[in-house]
Amino acid sequence: MDEILFFLFGPLAVLAALGAVALRNPFYAVLSLVLHLLSLSMLFLLLYAQFVAVVQVMVYVGAVMVLYVFVNAYVGGTTNADGSVNTPQGGNGPSLRLLSYGIAALLAITVGIAVLGTGLQAIDDQSSSVSAEFGSPSQIGELLLTRFLLPFEGASFLLLVAAVGAVVLARRRGGVLPDEDRMIAASELMAPIGVASMREGVGAINTNPGARSVTLGSSSDAPSGPGSSSGSGPGTPSAPDAPTTGDPASRGEQADDRRRDREDDAPNDAPPSEDAPPADVRNPGFDPPTPAPSDEVPPTGASPEDGRDDKDAR
Amino acid sequence: MSSGWFLAVSALVFGIGAIGVLTRRNPLLVLVSLELMLNAGNLALITFARMHNAAEGHIFAMVVMVVAAAEVAIGLGIVVALYRNRVAVDVDELRELRG
Repeated sequence: MDEILFFLFGPLAVLAALGAVALRNPFYAVLSLVLHLLSLSMLFLLLYAQFVAVVQVMVYVGAVMVLYVFVNAYVGGTTNADGSVNTPQGGNGPSLRLLSYGIAALLAITVGIAVLGTGLQAIDDQSSSVSAEFGSPSQIGELLLTRFLLPFEGASFLLLVAAVGAVVLARRRGGVLPDEDRMIAASELMAPIGVASMREGVGAINTNPGARSVTLGSSSDAPSGPGSSSGSGPGTPSAPDAPTTGDPASRGEQADDRRRDREDDAPNDAPPSEDAPPADVRNPGFDPPTPAPSDEVPPTGASPEDGRDDKDAR
Repeated sequence: MSSGWFLAVSALVFGIGAIGVLTRRNPLLVLVSLELMLNAGNLALITFARMHNAAEGHIFAMVVMVVAAAEVAIGLGIVVALYRNRVAVDVDELRELRG
């Protein structure tokens, strides 16, 4: 039974590893790696390592591979301009590639000799008596909390450092790029400004009230008059027809806005984020991609330059 | 079931992963190949634990898994940062550490 399972899953592991290395599409390579890890967990089960096998499936196949797939989908493969999948060949001709194959073969032979040849004749057969709790969670937990307590705590600290480092590496520097088309979701308009949501932290929500009114259409740029509402800048794909067609309607909205500003209470149909924070609460490092109306508060810092200075100083 | 078979699988997978690390130029696939090499080491550790009938090898294997998870998090963060900065996602083209 052991032999059957081993000769089913051992070659499967090797073949899946070959596929993970040789497949051109990165997505298929990651899926082949998932197959390799699953068959490897079966080999772990054959070696009476139940807990490690389960951890392998849960941590690797469940978590790490999902991370791989997400990043793969985010980066989106390296396709050329003509749509063909970019398959980078060896940099300096096939000689380096052959050399790398030779090096890897030598490495495999060396490792094989090292793990197969040394002293294995004496202890070749596995010790036949396996205690019932060998590799069980209770034994692993006891070892982790008594003898290997310091590596256990060090591993947790390493994971913490890695998580913080990954967030720092992958965060978006300098807010939204100036030439980037932004799409405003409806849920953003419902959320009040200043709640420190994640999208606000990366600058996706423009907290400059003047510029935001431009992106909302002509609903609230009341003091600047119809001229600025008709020339509301290039970045207003959300309501393109409002400034051009409904000029009286927009005037009505502007009057509505003035009255709202006087009375300082928002009606229910307005988005609740309109009347929250004035100039002092907004994100100082954000440059609005659309030109703000002239008599609104001018935008403060130019954030891409800020980010670039930050990076250069680093 | 002799332990040598498991160790042979481990050495083969390690060599395959080394081929991948040396030949692939997509950093994502380099990370995949690194995973292969780490898992080959894990398989060898588990096999030796079975041979010596000592569960300490399982602890070592789990520490290797923790290190691999941390490495994947950092490596994929670097890949995402490269993609954000419009740098070519290609190992041979990367010559600057400056952000």
